[in-house]
Amino acid sequence: MSSVDNRQGRLYHDKIGIVDGVVDTPSSKSAAVTAARRGRRRGFDMRYVLLSIVAVLFLLPFYLILRNALMTDDQITSMQWSWFPSAPHWENFRDLFADKSTSMLTGLMNSAWIAVVTLILQMLFSSMAGYALARIPARGSNIVFGLILGTLMIPSAVTFVPTFAVMAYLGGVNTLWGIIAPGVFSAFSIFLFRQFYLRFPTEVEEAGRLDGLGYFGIYWRLLLPNSTNVFMALGVLTFIGSWNSFLWPLMIGQDPSAWTVQIVLSTFLTAQTVHLSQLFAAAAVAIIPLVFVFLLMQKYIVEGATFSGGKE
Amino acid sequence: MAPALAGLVVFTIVPIAWGFLLSLSHAQNTIHVGHFIGIRNYVDLLTDSEFLRSLATILAFAAFIVPTTFAISLGLALAVNKLAKGRAFFRTVFFIPSAVSYVVASLVWRVSLFNGTPFGFANHLLSMFHIHAISWIGTTSPPWYWLVLITARLWLQTGFYMIIFLAGLQAIPPSLYEAAAIDGVSGGWKLLRYITLPQLRATSISVLLLNLIAAFQAFDEFYNILGGTGSSVGNVGLARPPLVYLYSLAISNQDFGRGAAGGFIMTALIIAFTLAQKKLFGLGEAHNE
Repeated sequence: MSSVDNRQGRLYHDKIGIVDGVVDTPSSKSAAVTAARRGRRRGFDMRYVLLSIVAVLFLLPFYLILRNALMTDDQITSMQWSWFPSAPHWENFRDLFADKSTSMLTGLMNSAWIAVVTLILQMLFSSMAGYALARIPARGSNIVFGLILGTLMIPSAVTFVPTFAVMAYLGGVNTLWGIIAPGVFSAFSIFLFRQFYLRFPTEVEEAGRLDGLGYFGIYWRLLLPNSTNVFMALGVLTFIGSWNSFLWPLMIGQDPSAWTVQIVLSTFLTAQTVHLSQLFAAAAVAIIPLVFVFLLMQKYIVEGATFSGGKE
Repeated sequence: MAPALAGLVVFTIVPIAWGFLLSLSHAQNTIHVGHFIGIRNYVDLLTDSEFLRSLATILAFAAFIVPTTFAISLGLALAVNKLAKGRAFFRTVFFIPSAVSYVVASLVWRVSLFNGTPFGFANHLLSMFHIHAISWIGTTSPPWYWLVLITARLWLQTGFYMIIFLAGLQAIPPSLYEAAAIDGVSGGWKLLRYITLPQLRATSISVLLLNLIAAFQAFDEFYNILGGTGSSVGNVGLARPPLVYLYSLAISNQDFGRGAAGGFIMTALIIAFTLAQKKLFGLGEAHNE
């Protein structure tokens, strides 16, 4: 646990360029600070009490999803509250996928496809554009960069109606590519890749050039393998964002065949008669892949979140 | 580079230009530009009581959600930052809701946590104190639905901003605290007031900005928590933010001209608030850097 912590701490410090040795480890603290800390000892225990209460509140919704997903409808709506199902009703999950009217399976497959394609294409396009902006001297590249910075500041509120118009014009309504396309081009990712490649040591590129590599060769053979961290950080955020997005798929995917898992859930939620246990089983199915991705990739997500915070 | 640029142009710059022309056109049931009517769409919207009400709704929402998210995420970051034990555990627990979608949160909040019947979780807790079940979403006096909407967003986004604050806290040079200790400054509040908060200035500004921009574009939880069942409109009328209103204008009524005009009004509002915030917090910036 603590080794993960230290690594995390070092990540932050690397980013702002603080030398590792200065990081506050207990040993490097002066006696005066330790003494000052000790003065707060009494407040110390309170912190754990407070944090534990908040932690219970934060975990409560997850518990409710699992509880309801494993109960029968009658148990959920019973006046007698029970904290746990007497016996877990796993068949809710089987029924969920057997029920043709909810199209859960289609939604899951659409969402997975959309998230994976968005992830791959966005990373590829953004890193190429970011590299070109950082390294290839070309006339007008300043203007291009200005345009990208400009689009960064435009909220999606202004573009969602006209982007729909463009998409309708291009024939993308009710298609998966119509849902995917706008998400592939992210000014934010291009910007971050450019910042990353600006700091990339030029010696590596020069070595590549001596070996006869062109711009693309350098990008493909030298830069890509050395930017795993940025790719991971942005990639995970892109994947989660795509899987969870709602407004755009709602506008484009009007036909059930193009519904994502979020649209399936939303439709299910607002249906006339709701099968409660299946609704929560569906919610569980929709978040389980993400919670796994999240726990496995947390280190990178933290980095990505920190990047987003540094954006100004 | 070329494909990325072409894509950006097609999906960002073209829509903005097209949107601007649409906003000046009478574009009912059509996505084509051409029937120009000047600024009538803007005038119509700004005199449309429903739209004005939606602007008031989002301002009230932002006035609640931005400070509370800020305070709670900063508080959690401060509490978690120097924990000797369990730091990773608490950080993960607070951060993990960021992986959950607004739709799933809305579902839990609406159907389980704040269900208006006695089997809803909040009502179950109240019943232990012999308080009658509250219809959380269906009543306007008092407007409990605000509690439902605000807590849902708090749960989803607080952890994300906490992570940003944690990064900011880690970046504060420990030597500052050491110097303070040597100067005899002790007590958490003074350190917080004179070292921690000023050092977090840049982080705070970006958290406020990100949070404000996100709040102005709220859609998902309003649509899913207040939305109707079956063919009824449900409780949407209780709190309809601009994006929900523009969505119904553009998609349900097929009035793309007004929908686009509304988008530009929203952008103007967001830019105005961003600048105001910069001005407000930018004062004395040179002093610090």
